[in-house]
Amino acid sequence: MNTTTFIGEHLLPGQIGYFLAILSFVAALLATFSFAKAFYSQTIESEIQWNKLAKTAFVIEAVSIVSCFLVLFYLIYNHLFEYKYAYSHSDISLPFQYLLSCFWEGQEGSFLLWSFWHSVLGLILMTKAKKWGKNINGVMMVLNFVQVCLATMIVGLYIFDFKLGSSPFILLRHEMTWPILSRPDYLQFVKDGTGLNTTLQNYWMVIHPPVLFLGFASTTIPFAFAVAGLLKKDNNWMDSALPWATFSAGIFGLGIMMGAAWAYESLNFGGYWAWDPVENASLVPWLVLVAGIHTCLIYRKKGTSLKATYLFLGLSFLLVLYSTFLTRSGILGDTSVHAFTDLGMNAQLLGYLLIFVIPYFGLFFYRLKHLKEPQEEDEISSREFWMLVGSLVLFLSAIVIIAITSIPVFNKIFGTKIAPPEDPAFAHNQVQIFVAIIIGILTAIGQYLKFKVTSAENFIKNIKWPLIVTAVLSAIIFYFIGIAYEEKGIGYLGALYVGVVAATFGIVANAFYWFNILKGKLKSAAASVGHIGFTMVLLGILISSSNKTVLSWNTTGISPLKEDNAKNNPTGNPRENITLFEGVETDMGKYMVTYQRDTLDGLDKRFFELNFKEKKSDHSFLLYPDVLKNNKMEGFSANPAAKHYWNKDIFVYVTSFQDHSEEDTTSFKPHQIAIGDSIFYSNGYIKLDNVLINPNPNAAAGTNELVLQMTVTSKEGLKFEAKPGILLEGMTLKQELDTVKAQNLVLSFNKVVDQKKGVLEIGVKESASLTNLITLKVYEFPFINILWLGIIVMTIGFMMSSYARLKKLKSK
Amino acid sequence: MKKMHVVLLVLIAISIVVLISYTGDLSSYETVASAKQKEGKFVNLIVKMDKSIAVDYDPVKDPNLLKFHVQDSLGGKIAVVYHNTMPTDMEKSERLVLKGKVQGDVFECSSIVMKCPSKYKDNPNAMKDQPVTISN
Repeated sequence: MNTTTFIGEHLLPGQIGYFLAILSFVAALLATFSFAKAFYSQTIESEIQWNKLAKTAFVIEAVSIVSCFLVLFYLIYNHLFEYKYAYSHSDISLPFQYLLSCFWEGQEGSFLLWSFWHSVLGLILMTKAKKWGKNINGVMMVLNFVQVCLATMIVGLYIFDFKLGSSPFILLRHEMTWPILSRPDYLQFVKDGTGLNTTLQNYWMVIHPPVLFLGFASTTIPFAFAVAGLLKKDNNWMDSALPWATFSAGIFGLGIMMGAAWAYESLNFGGYWAWDPVENASLVPWLVLVAGIHTCLIYRKKGTSLKATYLFLGLSFLLVLYSTFLTRSGILGDTSVHAFTDLGMNAQLLGYLLIFVIPYFGLFFYRLKHLKEPQEEDEISSREFWMLVGSLVLFLSAIVIIAITSIPVFNKIFGTKIAPPEDPAFAHNQVQIFVAIIIGILTAIGQYLKFKVTSAENFIKNIKWPLIVTAVLSAIIFYFIGIAYEEKGIGYLGALYVGVVAATFGIVANAFYWFNILKGKLKSAAASVGHIGFTMVLLGILISSSNKTVLSWNTTGISPLKEDNAKNNPTGNPRENITLFEGVETDMGKYMVTYQRDTLDGLDKRFFELNFKEKKSDHSFLLYPDVLKNNKMEGFSANPAAKHYWNKDIFVYVTSFQDHSEEDTTSFKPHQIAIGDSIFYSNGYIKLDNVLINPNPNAAAGTNELVLQMTVTSKEGLKFEAKPGILLEGMTLKQELDTVKAQNLVLSFNKVVDQKKGVLEIGVKESASLTNLITLKVYEFPFINILWLGIIVMTIGFMMSSYARLKKLKSK
Repeated sequence: MKKMHVVLLVLIAISIVVLISYTGDLSSYETVASAKQKEGKFVNLIVKMDKSIAVDYDPVKDPNLLKFHVQDSLGGKIAVVYHNTMPTDMEKSERLVLKGKVQGDVFECSSIVMKCPSKYKDNPNAMKDQPVTISN
């Protein structure tokens, strides 16, 4: 056995953490069992007794999880790199706020975060247990069972050969097989961690995960109410579950869109949504949850849509589990850019999913005959009819998205090799645009319809003005902004136009409803506000994405000789990058752009100062996109910068840069050369293969061109082609230099020395300091603020609804 | 039959049609050899860089032109042309997923997904192989 004493290790916090994780697991088990006993108690006395025990167990569990959380943070904060979690997710140079991001970069920390929110929500549920109805013990039972499953993810126990969970408190030397780790003084060599992934070093990554995980955690509660309801054949839980469901939808939606804001500000795909599997996996449960809230409302008014409510509220939680499985099992590896990495816990993750899916559906179908709904048919003019249609559309759209996202799972099961289509985003967009149109219109007219039956006369009277205003507003939008997205044909363009009208209609109609019919009362405004926010999101997405324009369209700097048959390029010719030389003003559409200088801050961050000057006016502004040196590796990751106007964003990021700080003092050295000759340079030799006369068939008449075809061979045996030349246009002679960047070579064709013998003179310049230059992409996103504002409004709407329903519950 | 059932059936039918039409757009993962046989068809290649041939990228001349060579696990090699900037850390990436089509002798690439070691730094299996150099 290993009896070495290791120097400088702090073993106590890890042992405490390990113990707390196991304690939380045991306490959660006990709480689940006791709440179950209380739930099924025949007598009041036994219920009270079991409930007392359960509550104690739950408090212990909550305290252990919070302490676990603090211990893990202690490890990261104090840079205890003897722990693998601190070593692989943080480093010494990280600023304080990003130490939190380290916490949830890894799977273990994010599971802990999820448990943490369950504990908080559970404590809230428990404090005023009576308010939530008599099934509350059942709800707590389900919640605690979820906690048991989550605790197994972080206990890190070996049961025979099966590794149960992955502990965040594991020591580096236990996990790794590096030879130095067996030395007693190994900590002297492990002075710094490998750091936090640079793309996560962004303030959105500090707050997006906690908000999203609160969203995840809060879907558990409607689910738990549904389970308890099915078990007790009691459907009167809807009033208690609704405030939770609307709260969940608000927070969950906010969390998703914070992720979109992070992608917009920190990732370089030039947008906020890419239909990435990780994004889809969280959007889908949200869509189903929103559908579930609406069917729940129908049930409360009419007693119908009961089965749909059980299905949707249950599924939204189950889909959260499914998305957990997708993003954490590594199964998305090739299709997603930001899934978690595989921790070798796939079996356990699948178990976590199935342990809820199978019993829930089993129970649902077993109880189906008890889920009685009135047999009468909904009027086609009734609100509930169209609310249900809308819910079904949302639900089916979610199913379509998740089916497409699950292709890697399909591949795994059936051993197929199906890959996403050529344009994966458009494959989604062309479907979801119609969902947006239908939902936009339903959102607009929904509130104008009455439950049971709506009189046509009333409906027309009320909807007339919103329709007129929508028509006027849409016309204004089309006239002043328009939709510039013709790449996908006229049909899709038309759909985008209809989509904009539908979204505008949604905003206008809901605003009218609030002011005219509800007389602007704040108390009953929740639905109107939420719907206005949602349709603003739709409008913002449609306008900003369809009008996104590339400003950095590259029209300069390519000699016709080097034109690489770009026109024949089947994958299009996206010359979206433009090169800027330091200090040289470059033409970029509406702007003249100058790369003025760059500065380093203390944290390996290099800021580039770019001056954008509007051509039409004197208006100019500075932007500072930056690149962050990648921890422990060469290379960098780029952070975009954006100039925000009220009506547009100018969005820029550096796609590559070259740094040559030394002064360029070298000059061209002349050499005489003939075809077949070679000359040497410091790192190899240059051979003249041939002289081409007028090689470009498309050259203008009256021009003569001589091009040298040369091969540069480096010491390492790498070969490069170079083609310096001279171009005679009438009487003017132009030299066409060629560079071999990798060898820091610049070659020129100077003159013909002896035409008979074929002796030519070339110039060779070896320079370590070719000018500083960066390559950029610049986009313009018009009216993206409608989207961000819409999210805030929608979240407020959901919160208002949650608050209003909570108050109703109290007054009952 | 209730009206709602009709609506439901119609919606489900539409969803099925949408999913079926989507399968028509799907592409596939190929090896270099099989991609060459399907010249002109949009495919995905899982490859690594062939480091024996230098990457050709010079933003001075053209920031939107990158040429490099790749190799798949079966040893099949092909030249790649990508009309965009060179992705950061591409040379350090362990694996590349290239989307595009074979045109003649080259793979015309429309997008590159990189699998960087940094992404897998908390992958215990990748880390176990990591050599540690002692400098004291």
